[in-house]
Amino acid sequence: MLKIKNLHVKLEEEDKQILKGVNLSLEPGKVHAIMGPNGSGKSTLSYVLSGKDGYEVTEGSAQLEGVDILDMEAEERAAAGLFLAFQYPVEIPGVGNMTFLRTAVNAQRKLRGEEEMSAGEFLKVVRAKAEDLKIDADMLKRPVNVGFSGGEKKRNEILQMAMLEPKMCILDETDSGLDVDAMKLVAQGVNALRDDKRTFLVITHYQRLLDHIKPDVVHIMANGRIIKTGGPELALEVENNGYADLLEEIA
Amino acid sequence: MAASSQTTSPTRALRDADLIDGSGAWAKEARLTASDRAQAAGLPQRRDEYWKYTRPDAFVQADVTLQASLRSGLNLFDQRNIISVAFEDGKIQAAVLPNAAQCTLESLASASVLDLHWARDVYGRLEEAGQNPIKRSLAAVNTAVAREGLLVNVTGAVEAPIHIHATSSGQSDAIIHHVIKVAAGAEVTLIETGQYGARSNIVLEVDVADAGRFHHIRVQDGNERHMLTHIFGRIGAEASFKSFTLTAGGQLTRNECVLQLLGDDASVSVAGACLGDGGFHHDDTVFITHDAVNCESRQVFKKVLRNGAVGVFQGKILVKAGAQKTDGYQISQSLLLDDDSQFLAKPELEIYADDVACSHGSTSGAIDAQALFYLRSRGVPEAKAVDLLTLSFVAEAIEEIEDEDLAQDILDHLTETLSAR
Repeated sequence: MLKIKNLHVKLEEEDKQILKGVNLSLEPGKVHAIMGPNGSGKSTLSYVLSGKDGYEVTEGSAQLEGVDILDMEAEERAAAGLFLAFQYPVEIPGVGNMTFLRTAVNAQRKLRGEEEMSAGEFLKVVRAKAEDLKIDADMLKRPVNVGFSGGEKKRNEILQMAMLEPKMCILDETDSGLDVDAMKLVAQGVNALRDDKRTFLVITHYQRLLDHIKPDVVHIMANGRIIKTGGPELALEVENNGYADLLEEIA
Repeated sequence: MAASSQTTSPTRALRDADLIDGSGAWAKEARLTASDRAQAAGLPQRRDEYWKYTRPDAFVQADVTLQASLRSGLNLFDQRNIISVAFEDGKIQAAVLPNAAQCTLESLASASVLDLHWARDVYGRLEEAGQNPIKRSLAAVNTAVAREGLLVNVTGAVEAPIHIHATSSGQSDAIIHHVIKVAAGAEVTLIETGQYGARSNIVLEVDVADAGRFHHIRVQDGNERHMLTHIFGRIGAEASFKSFTLTAGGQLTRNECVLQLLGDDASVSVAGACLGDGGFHHDDTVFITHDAVNCESRQVFKKVLRNGAVGVFQGKILVKAGAQKTDGYQISQSLLLDDDSQFLAKPELEIYADDVACSHGSTSGAIDAQALFYLRSRGVPEAKAVDLLTLSFVAEAIEEIEDEDLAQDILDHLTETLSAR
């Protein structure tokens, strides 16, 4: 699904190398988790993959289903099937959540040369998906993320994911700012979207989220590289011993 | 003194002898005193502090040199139940104006030949009150020479909005003077759309008696046209006055709004959103006087500027001694879509009471990069994402419109305008 080869990335504005040769290969239908200490480059990786400005790729490549994505605009990557659930979803006053969702769904369809979804059809689909995530009519009507609690914002991210039906989902610290109940709800939403084709990359600091979204593969990232890859037990090891041992191991 | 340079540059006529000859007693008096007022004040000059950011020349010079034809494709509000009044090239278009319950509609032309008319208590009176402390002589000129306008006497709650739709065919000057009198407890909504002339000087005087309610929604479009508008409002106790303006075209616009809160517990709101592109200069000049206890005033202005467009905001809140418990709010913001555009803001507070809450703020900024990325990461193309963030930016001003349906109409029109450019 997603193949990242020797990816080197620096900040555009200053001469600071963040990613120093990331290699990752994510297969269809799998859930990969990336854990790592602060400043290891996890969020940068998610931003670079989804096309945020301000980063310069100095070496390496990233391919989604064999197509190089690093030269694409953010909206083209989205239309190609990439989705990033933000750590801090952005508030957009004055733009209704529903309007935003419908604009996004139809913009992607248009970019892919598909027919737009009618208002009636859209409404039907969004209501059903919103209900699963316990998002009420009021939240759909309100401006995007404005006045939403931390949990509501994250559920709203998952709703967008459910509506856009991406092939490759990146979740950037989706557990941050969530209480246990909210985390379960979000995890349920994610699990409902798991199938044998869709791939997930879950970025997190804590094992806790991985109790609810069970990963197939766990990677440890440090200092701009993937330093270790293993099964779910690797996440438990980190939870118990921290990163110190792992960092020593490679030093 | 200010009039001294008039000999070297052509100026507007401050008196219209034919018009005064044909006026009835009340209008004759109002027009003569207004022309004296204009004469004494002199026309605005470039060096006047009040015209520091907008050159008055275009409004003062004698000839109109604009090609500003607009046969308007604006169908806004057509689907609604409205009381419709049309102006074409500065002239009201019906010999007999529509009948509506709870109000009477007359043209200035027909009312001004009478010797007695209710308008005498308002026409020119509010404009005169608005000449202090700052002279607005072009409004006095308007009172002196305007032949056309709509006079509305509102005696109860008028159900449908009154909609003035103006079109113009080209090079004409339009001088229009409207008067709205809202009786105690009465309520009316006035909608104004289109352009009156290539160059227009528009005065709207609104007298809102105790517990009356006045809503005003204005859409200014057009291409090359120049427009100077003044709203003068007198607001009584527990009364409410709300005015919203969307400007999405025209070369030069200056909207002045002068309001006096004279009764306790009154509230006013003046809001505006403008989309400026290229040779576009837009000036909102507001002066709100609190002269009663426990009144609220709000000013919310949002300007979206690109390709060298210029936005100006001059807003003042004057709280007189004794106007305790005043709640004044003022925000003026610009969204600059490129480096060529400019926003000039002069917020002012002058407070002589000690128990008041007044806040003001002014900002200039670009599109928020994180928000733009958020939208694009969802598949929304950049141009469309900028439009959405533009709508987001002006939303606070549109929210000042009380009627949700009318607010939606404005939003739809704005969305359409954005996607067409």
